Amino acid sequence: MMKISDVKDRIDKEGIVPIVRSVIKNIKENDVYNSFLELNEKNAIKQAEKLSDEGNNDKPLYGVPVAVKDNIAVKNMKMTCGSKILQDYISPYNATVIEKLKKAGAIIIGKTNMDEFAMGTSNEHSAFGPVKNPLNKEYVPGGSSGGSAASVAGNLVPVSLGSDTGGSVRQPAAFTGTYGLKPTYGRVSRYGLTAFASSLDQIGPITNSMDDLVSLYSVITGKDKKDSTTVDMHLDDLNKLKNNDKKYKIGIFKSMLDDDINIKIKEDYYKILKNLQKKGHKLVELDFDKKDYIVPIYQIIAPAEASSNLARFDGIRYGTRKEGTRSKEELVSKTRNLGFGEEVKRRCLVGTFVLSSGYAEKYYKKALIARKMIKKELESKFDSVDIIATPTTPNLPFKIGEKVENILYMYKSDLFTIPANLSGLPALSIPLYKTGDFYTSVQLMGNSFKEIDLFKLGYEVEKITGGKK
Amino acid sequence: MKYKSIIGLEIHTQLKTKTKAFCNCKVEFGQKPNTNICPVCMGHPGSLPVVNEKMIEYALLLGRATNSKINDKTKFDRKNYFYPDIPKNYQITQYDYPICYDGNIKILLEDNNMKDIGITRIHMEEDTGKVFHDKDDNNSLIDYNRAGVPLLEIVTEPDLRTPSEAYKFLNELKSILRYLDISDANMEKGELRVDVNVSVMKKEDEEFGTKVELKNMNSFKAVKKALEYEIDRQIELIKKGKKEKIKQETRMWLEDKEKTKIMRTKEEAADYRYFPEPDIPAFHINNDIIEKIENIDFELPLQKRQRFSKEYNLSDYDSSILTSEIDLAHYFEKVLEKFDDGKAAANWIINELLNLMNEDGKEIKEIDVTPQKLASILKLIDQDKISGKIGKKLLKEVYNSGKKPEDIVDEKGWSQVSDSDELENIIKEVLEENNDAVERYKNGEDKLFGFFMGQIMKKTKGKANPKKTNQLLRKLLKNQ
Repeated sequence: MMKISDVKDRIDKEGIVPIVRSVIKNIKENDVYNSFLELNEKNAIKQAEKLSDEGNNDKPLYGVPVAVKDNIAVKNMKMTCGSKILQDYISPYNATVIEKLKKAGAIIIGKTNMDEFAMGTSNEHSAFGPVKNPLNKEYVPGGSSGGSAASVAGNLVPVSLGSDTGGSVRQPAAFTGTYGLKPTYGRVSRYGLTAFASSLDQIGPITNSMDDLVSLYSVITGKDKKDSTTVDMHLDDLNKLKNNDKKYKIGIFKSMLDDDINIKIKEDYYKILKNLQKKGHKLVELDFDKKDYIVPIYQIIAPAEASSNLARFDGIRYGTRKEGTRSKEELVSKTRNLGFGEEVKRRCLVGTFVLSSGYAEKYYKKALIARKMIKKELESKFDSVDIIATPTTPNLPFKIGEKVENILYMYKSDLFTIPANLSGLPALSIPLYKTGDFYTSVQLMGNSFKEIDLFKLGYEVEKITGGKK
Repeated sequence: MKYKSIIGLEIHTQLKTKTKAFCNCKVEFGQKPNTNICPVCMGHPGSLPVVNEKMIEYALLLGRATNSKINDKTKFDRKNYFYPDIPKNYQITQYDYPICYDGNIKILLEDNNMKDIGITRIHMEEDTGKVFHDKDDNNSLIDYNRAGVPLLEIVTEPDLRTPSEAYKFLNELKSILRYLDISDANMEKGELRVDVNVSVMKKEDEEFGTKVELKNMNSFKAVKKALEYEIDRQIELIKKGKKEKIKQETRMWLEDKEKTKIMRTKEEAADYRYFPEPDIPAFHINNDIIEKIENIDFELPLQKRQRFSKEYNLSDYDSSILTSEIDLAHYFEKVLEKFDDGKAAANWIINELLNLMNEDGKEIKEIDVTPQKLASILKLIDQDKISGKIGKKLLKEVYNSGKKPEDIVDEKGWSQVSDSDELENIIKEVLEENNDAVERYKNGEDKLFGFFMGQIMKKTKGKANPKKTNQLLRKLLKNQ
């Protein structure tokens, strides 16, 4: 397992430049998963040399190679968002998280494959081919941050950044047996993250351990004056997370665990809960009768915002343009028809529809009200519990191509992850036990800006399972 | 007139902030195309808008000046439509919670009465870029320097009844915007744009006529003309019994043809799919900013006008001209620092100075006749050193040369002849030369008095002091 501590050990012994070179070489030779779209070879080595010259290895991520989902802007690198329409687009600026990573000494190693514009749960909707699951290459790695998850699960890099709109960090983390966090909405700047659904999107880390997750998290968080939705919230002391002695009240939604859930996932979920109970934590059963609304609400709000966010890709100012057209209407429609894949078109159409006059009242506005209700109800649960635990996904990975036509199956697989996005709450996915090639996972959802509780309990879960070896 | 027209206006005006509405790009015009741009105002993926607080302040300032209510909680929304000049293919604007609402602006009618024109709402939004179809043979070109420049949209109630009221309203609004120094509001330069809604109904009718929208006017005069044309067109249709031919549509004003032409019907109108801008959280207008706005000291055109009328004993008409531009009002008051006859100063500015300026299209700030120089001219006249007639010539000289009035008077020998002996001699000469006329005058032809005055002025090249000449002439004629 590649972890930050391993990289740091090797840097201590061999120096930063050779390590970065070997990481790049390893990716070039061993990325059989199609997880990287572009390597930052020249700049990564340059950056390593510069760090090496400075000799200041106090930086928290000194020399740590980070893979970045290809919808996060890295200056002078391509940012395709997994789409043909941006296949040659080069970002003119750095995302805030990239600035923060660089300041912390991290090396931006490359950009990772993803479902086009982060729309998908299997990474089969990339214009640059599907990503393969390192645990079994015939299977999907989940999505949309499939490349970021595969790069970590495949030990090409120790850590990566993904983005999570309805589970796009946590679900691929679960599918690849890695750790994935969606921070509280407003905790991490979205400046430089290509918007899918702006009110739901959050950047989050994918790692092989709790330690690494916390390290990456603490670097990328914070109020950013370039993102008005970030919040100035105190960052808790993250140094005393291990050896937690706080006994938590853990909420569980029995009503959500019906027969649609994979039996193995359910078993391991109860197993970890029992273990936590043994450690003195208390389990609290919670009512939740809005389960059936979660996916529909999401599938209205996310496409609505996406239809507007993706409107800018018209081939006029940047991106791939269909040449030889005779009017602005033809230019825009042909460019978009050629540049966007099926899933993106589907969601743009749905989004346009639900916002249209005559339908907005029926769909979009109702969904906004329902979203508020869900948020309120979930938040109110934290009056009686500290953390809510669910499985991360209802199902285990499936074979590439197996479900690609089954749109509803794909949409429903976000059932457990979407609530955190709708309500802005933080949620952490932790791998539990191996089952066949794959892992089962648990999701811990916390109160707003209470990531610290997720980390404390996450460390305990990691201790119980023994973590990844 | 059996008909009345119902007019409402929608005005967009560019704010004079230093930077754009949602990014740090400079707001400046006449720059090389696509130089004041950045990832945010070009809509690059990942970029996010951050609200320019100055824009909020300016909106609140106009809100205060128009007695508007402030929406304590306000937000931005997205207006979605595809057009190449709008980088994100949506405009950040305000939909259901405009920052200001329910205000009014007073206009002065011909009969000297004031009329309140309701302001439905004032909201903030971003401007678009500019498309050029004529700069390149094969391509349309776009300049995005203007994209993201802050605008205020001001929507009136349908309170206006005539094209001339609309014209007056626009002038009043422009002058308020300039008084507040938040917008130059020059329609000819595109800094201010006006769309008009107009319908016509019979006076006795209760139901409004069908509303037509007019676009593409590029001056206040064009707005007036377009309205006049459109109202006539609608009345003619009603008269002919073809009321149903007035459709809810958008019509374009064709300046050269002086008529309106259909642009699009209601059915073709875009569906803007408004929804709350998720990148900018709804926000409260906090007390600090309200207090800041309330502490700004300003006098609005109307207040200034009323003060001028009272303080300087001016007619409402004169006051309204002098206060139409804040610079002109300042100029007037500066003149009065050196010369205390407000009425005379007002007359000279309005009847003489403004005419000179109009002739070569200059603004008060650009001219060489400083308030001090105009005051000097007025004093020379007041002290009988020059005649009013010479005064006009002198003003023109100063206007053209920028020289000191006193110097010009010396140079040209324009000093008025006020010396009684000298004047008597001249008058006697004139009377001798016109014996016939003197006889006729004595026989009762009083109007010949003016003829003698004219001859004297001619002889002195207009420099004879009129008052003294008048007295002396009367005396000498009596003695004849």
